[in-house]
Amino acid sequence: MAVSDTTTAPIRRHRPSNARSILGLTGPAYLWLVITILLPLAAMFYFSFLSDVPLPGRDWQVTLSNYTAFFQQDFYRTLMLRSLRLGFEVALWCFVIGFPCAYVLAKTIKGRWREALFLMVIIPFWSNALIRVFSWTMVLRGNGILERFLDWLIPGFGSLNLMFTYEAVVIGLVHSYLPYMILTCYISLSTIDDDLIDAARSMGASRLTVLRRIILPLSMPGIVAGAVLIFVPVIGSFMEPRILGGREGTFLGTVIEDQFTSVFNWPLGAALSFILLACVMVIFAVFQPILRRAS
Amino acid sequence: MASVTVSHVSKSFGDFQALSDVSIEFADGGFYALLGPSGSGKTTLLRQIAGFSFPDSGEIRIGGEAVESVPVEKRNIGMMFQNYALFPNMSVFDNVAFGLMVRDTPRSEIKARVGEALELVRLSGYDERKPHQLSGGQRQRVALARAIVFRPQVLLLDEPLSALDKALRLGMQVELKRIQREVGITTIFVTHDQEEALTLSDKVGVLKDGKLLQEGTPRELYERPRTAFAATFLGDANLFNGIADDGELALADGTRLRTLEPLARSGRMTCAVRPEKIAIVEDSAQLSSDSNVLEAELEQTIFAGNSLSYLLRHGDTSLRVFAQNRAAADLQPGQRVRLAWCSADTIPVEA
Repeated sequence: MAVSDTTTAPIRRHRPSNARSILGLTGPAYLWLVITILLPLAAMFYFSFLSDVPLPGRDWQVTLSNYTAFFQQDFYRTLMLRSLRLGFEVALWCFVIGFPCAYVLAKTIKGRWREALFLMVIIPFWSNALIRVFSWTMVLRGNGILERFLDWLIPGFGSLNLMFTYEAVVIGLVHSYLPYMILTCYISLSTIDDDLIDAARSMGASRLTVLRRIILPLSMPGIVAGAVLIFVPVIGSFMEPRILGGREGTFLGTVIEDQFTSVFNWPLGAALSFILLACVMVIFAVFQPILRRAS
Repeated sequence: MASVTVSHVSKSFGDFQALSDVSIEFADGGFYALLGPSGSGKTTLLRQIAGFSFPDSGEIRIGGEAVESVPVEKRNIGMMFQNYALFPNMSVFDNVAFGLMVRDTPRSEIKARVGEALELVRLSGYDERKPHQLSGGQRQRVALARAIVFRPQVLLLDEPLSALDKALRLGMQVELKRIQREVGITTIFVTHDQEEALTLSDKVGVLKDGKLLQEGTPRELYERPRTAFAATFLGDANLFNGIADDGELALADGTRLRTLEPLARSGRMTCAVRPEKIAIVEDSAQLSSDSNVLEAELEQTIFAGNSLSYLLRHGDTSLRVFAQNRAAADLQPGQRVRLAWCSADTIPVEA
């Protein structure tokens, strides 16, 4: 084919090689990640094996004691379990509240209303996290907005002070992370063909069966993605537990933060962080088959 | 099995009247095609019969039982969707078993009946495949097996073959017909493909703008269309506009066409003639006394292998003549030719 030869040859000459264009396009991102994440992480990993912060005038040596502390003291293990439980519960509540919302957004509402409702989901992202958490304190405290509202709704309701409780921490975190679950579920729900739901119904399936056998299995990738996006940051969270939980808000995240900010024991904080990271990895490894099947 | 009766059903979406006063009787065990262009209301009607939405007014009976306010999951209908709608997360077996599973059928019976259904659609041994591992035609068969395995009263098909390529479609038409006959289930299918409607069904209803224009056997509809729309939508048709005069159709240039029966009405009339009924004849040819004869100018010849289409012009009217490729005359564009056809093939239609 003489014609095609003459047309393709010059183009090929000008085209940069594939490898070079891949490098050119991905290079900046990976360089940035290496500099901003891997290097500091590596430094922290190194710190976690030291007995004290390596500053002039401090006496430090290489040790495993930061790691052994975790296994020797029940306190840390209890905190770890508490943090994992918090992560699990927040992810669960986000699913319970977010999935129906995502379903309605993806399947029931169309057009302008969908955009408006989406905006309401995303708005929390636009406000400062600290302001969001502090505004919760006004809602949850004794004689706060929530108590007064319930008192108005049910006369003689009594007092309700959720401030500085485990529940307050869960409420604050669910509020912060709910959009992740709604968005990931929305994406996977909107890829489900409506005909599948119609088909299941035509075969006699009740709405519950359709949900259980068709919608939930097919939206599992979104649910899992949302749960992971929520679980990981929540188990290391410290701001919401600190502000809303008070004395009840002691989690691994807050203890780690203490090591860096008030106790100034960076090596212990670093070690706890890496134990937490390892724990997350172990959990994902264990659930890998389920996660893979789901997505 | 059951008959389906739709009487005086109307449905509108906002300002749009999707169905207006439609009444159709679907015979028990029959194969009925709802034919119409998009927006004609055919899919809306099917969805009312299925129970996905409910008519604003009118009555729908399945097997004599009024169902117009019964939701789809309680109607015991089988439905096949245009894009098959197989559950991608389930194997072929689980897809077919779904309708039995929701009816709490015992496991052993599910197994036996799914096996039977897959055998019926000639897909035995594909139980463990996932839908994405099947070809289009195979998915189609799974969808069909899934729709009939729980022995529904009615089988509804929504553009069942439109997603297949032509060769597969012809094969599936034969299969669909065979399976429908073997199972004997009342079948209603929606299509915009006139050929599919003619070959598959034993009765066709033509819909337009939410109204039932005409119904009848494929032959009746094709040979005796009542409206210009039915004539052109179901196959090709040449339309002659003229004025009824003394029982004949007088065209603008004075040519008189005799029709199937002498025209009873007077005034403006339209007649339809199928392209294959018209022959191009020699000037010297002997014509029977009931022939209509027309002079026309050939504009274009479309060669399609086994057949040819001639595009011609008579005054303002474009004409189309269809001929088998059997010693067809070699005609040049611009040439004047003589057309002849039987007066019985000249069908008066409503414009």
